[in-house]
Amino acid sequence: MKTNVIDAAVPLGEEDFAAIGAQLRAARHARERRSRLMKHVFLIVFSFIMVYPMLWMLASSFKPDNQIFSNLSLWPSEFRWENYPKGWNGLSVSFSRFYLNSTVVTVLSVIGNLLSCSFAAYAFARLRFSGRDFFFGLMMMTLMIPYHVVLIPQYVLFLKLGWVDTYLPLVVPKFLASDAFFIFLMVQFFRQLPRELDEAAMIDGCSPYKIFWAIILPLSLPAMGTAAIFSLIWTWEDFLAPLIYLNDIKSYTVPLGLRLFVDQESQSAYGQMFAMSVLSLVPVIIFFLAFQKLIIRGIATSGLK
Amino acid sequence: MRKWLNRNAPGYVFLMPWLLGFFLLALGPILTSLYMSFTRYDMVSSPRWVGLANYDYMFTRDRRFWKALDVTMWYVVLSVPTRLIMALGVAMLLDKGLRTISIYRAIFYLPSLLGSSIAIAILWRQLFEGDGVINALLARIGIEGPNWIANPDTSLYTLVVLAMWQFGSPMLIFLAGLRSIPRDLYEAAEIDGASRYRQFFRITLPLLAPVIFFNLVLQTIEAFKTFSSAFIISNGTGAPADSLLFFTVYLFNEAFKFFRMGYASALAWVLLLIIAFFTAITFFTSKYWVHYENERD
Repeated sequence: MKTNVIDAAVPLGEEDFAAIGAQLRAARHARERRSRLMKHVFLIVFSFIMVYPMLWMLASSFKPDNQIFSNLSLWPSEFRWENYPKGWNGLSVSFSRFYLNSTVVTVLSVIGNLLSCSFAAYAFARLRFSGRDFFFGLMMMTLMIPYHVVLIPQYVLFLKLGWVDTYLPLVVPKFLASDAFFIFLMVQFFRQLPRELDEAAMIDGCSPYKIFWAIILPLSLPAMGTAAIFSLIWTWEDFLAPLIYLNDIKSYTVPLGLRLFVDQESQSAYGQMFAMSVLSLVPVIIFFLAFQKLIIRGIATSGLK
Repeated sequence: MRKWLNRNAPGYVFLMPWLLGFFLLALGPILTSLYMSFTRYDMVSSPRWVGLANYDYMFTRDRRFWKALDVTMWYVVLSVPTRLIMALGVAMLLDKGLRTISIYRAIFYLPSLLGSSIAIAILWRQLFEGDGVINALLARIGIEGPNWIANPDTSLYTLVVLAMWQFGSPMLIFLAGLRSIPRDLYEAAEIDGASRYRQFFRITLPLLAPVIFFNLVLQTIEAFKTFSSAFIISNGTGAPADSLLFFTVYLFNEAFKFFRMGYASALAWVLLLIIAFFTAITFFTSKYWVHYENERD
């Protein structure tokens, strides 16, 4: 259209330009509306594909065992509510115990992570001391190290300390800031806080310890929140460490309890297995829905998992 | 001396937990595991020095080691690029002109959060069974699917699909990256008559390169570390026919089922070196394809 106007080489008045502009705009609006509609159609279909497996699991948790396989429907033809209570008590130890264990481990881990990682992050981000950059480099390198490399010596160490079959191997490392991800996340956040705050407080005679408790921490609630939620979800879902350190079924966490269902598959209590699987995800989903914003911002700024 | 202490003490006080953790739970174990990799150690008797025997056995005679390497490499090569391409594609769809984006964003992100849980691994196993949902769906369009998990030729793909399903977190990082590209660049390109295709390759990709690089490093490391889903889906053994023998699963079995701690330590070190190698390659090549905005060349 533009080229036509130029080729015509006829002097154009202001109204002509206005008319052409309006036409162009209208065409663009129509095009945008169409493409927006197409996008929505695609995204809705795609969203359905993404959530289908989860909805199917939810539906299957209410179905009778013989109607689970090959059954695509998301609405059970008959509801077997008893899958839930039966699954809950389906193993030699009830899931109440597993949930209690998981809660203890998770709460302690979150506290440990928050304390130790915020200490380390404060030192890296706000304090000056010799060797800081060197240790910061080391900390960043530990981000890359797979857990599997330290796993065996750690196991030997904890075994010698008599900690196997207790929660100490799961919890104590969290109090020693072993999750470098969270340190990194908090360092990024602490660095954004204005330096003038520390300086003013320092002039007023505040010690670095006081500055940390009274200024940095209260201002860092979003970062602490993000770290707390990720720490909570990852600990809740953690499988490898409990698998190695917990042998007694009474001390099992929820993922280990779930795994027993898989091993018992010969009994084919599929409905119960799915019922317990659904329940194990409930805390995660609740926290996700409640703290979506914190989670999403946390990932966008730090690239966590 | 006192002056030095006054200046440095607070830093080290705050760093103390991390320092303890670093020496006791990271550096110490890494060095111990290097030492253990030269020994034979079954946890009953004390470690016995065997020199390079573990590595010699691993590289020359251990078929399962090569199989585990093969499986893991295929998994990384198949799952990382597909996951990143999906993440970028969806991020670009969500980036422009949609107001209801937060709902989609939440739906697409949720699998990333749940994906490594045991519940999802259990679900995946059932979906891909011979008489599972996937085959029931395929049957509707007249395709008779194999028993995806029991068949060694197809079992790995079930895990690749699981990895693709979890494209949410790289997607969020891409979204943040796309947001930071100045809009007027696209407007200028449009006025100059650049096609969408050209805009993507000339504007989006180059300006997103640092983010792509970041995601690539992170996701590759993640993929190498995949454990619980492979463990559950393969019944803890890497079955069928070792086709799901992920490196981590092999290592776990050597260490905690057969108590060959020395050999498992050697495996752990090889895994560490492989990850370091790939990270180094990505970093090294990055200067040829990643340009940061405030950098001139």
